[in-house]
Amino acid sequence: MGEGKSKRMAKDKRKSPVVKQGQDTGAPNAPEWAAGLRRLYDAVVEEPLPDSFSQLLEQLDRNGES
Amino acid sequence: MADAPGPSASVAFKRELTQVIPHLRAFARGLCGRPDMADDLVQETLLKAWAAQERFEPGTSMRAWTFVILRNAYLTDMRRNRFRADYDETVAERILVAPAAQEGPLHLSDMHRALLTLPPERREALLLVGAGGFSYEEAAQICQCAVGTIKSRVGRARAALTAMMDSGALPRRSTEDAVAHDAIMDELDSTVQAGSE
Repeated sequence: MGEGKSKRMAKDKRKSPVVKQGQDTGAPNAPEWAAGLRRLYDAVVEEPLPDSFSQLLEQLDRNGES
Repeated sequence: MADAPGPSASVAFKRELTQVIPHLRAFARGLCGRPDMADDLVQETLLKAWAAQERFEPGTSMRAWTFVILRNAYLTDMRRNRFRADYDETVAERILVAPAAQEGPLHLSDMHRALLTLPPERREALLLVGAGGFSYEEAAQICQCAVGTIKSRVGRARAALTAMMDSGALPRRSTEDAVAHDAIMDELDSTVQAGSE
């Protein structure tokens, strides 16, 4: 058993882990693939949109008016 | 009884819905891999979103709202076995990501394949936070789970991908051996160079 005078007060040292939103918390240093993941997503976002989508919305819109 | 949304609300709804379509496609593609199936899923999502438009609260995030719908549609379809862990390389294959380590360039198709090896719930968490830019809180709302659960899933997904990249244990294309893989990469690189001239 440790002898020392328990000097240590239970210093309610509440460690609030200040986690910033959007910061890389899970990874120590942003891994190289992280940018690749975003590009994977962005590449699709930037693709030209097939007409079928706007056509579908137009059709739904027209149906709603009738 | 709430009033039916006026014409202007409906116009705004349609405009906002139109704006999120590219994001829905990106999320869907990340979830199910195949572009054609992903687009089917987006169509399904648009139909459902349209039918439920009076439940959308103007001023809130259309992207988050529609992602919930897309996710639920995806899970339903998954249960019916509509999707397999399949992917299409034709688009991703041609796009190079910044050079990674000594292994040569990391291709988006490699990235996508690695992503598709993750369990679905980790994959979607990583997609939402790491690619879609949602906060943990938003992602938790979309996935209808606790924030801590999302954090844990994202953490595990990141660890798995990092391990995969570090060890070079990326799932290969249909060819299993690394030599063939390198040959394909070389061929691909010259194709890309030729294409950029």
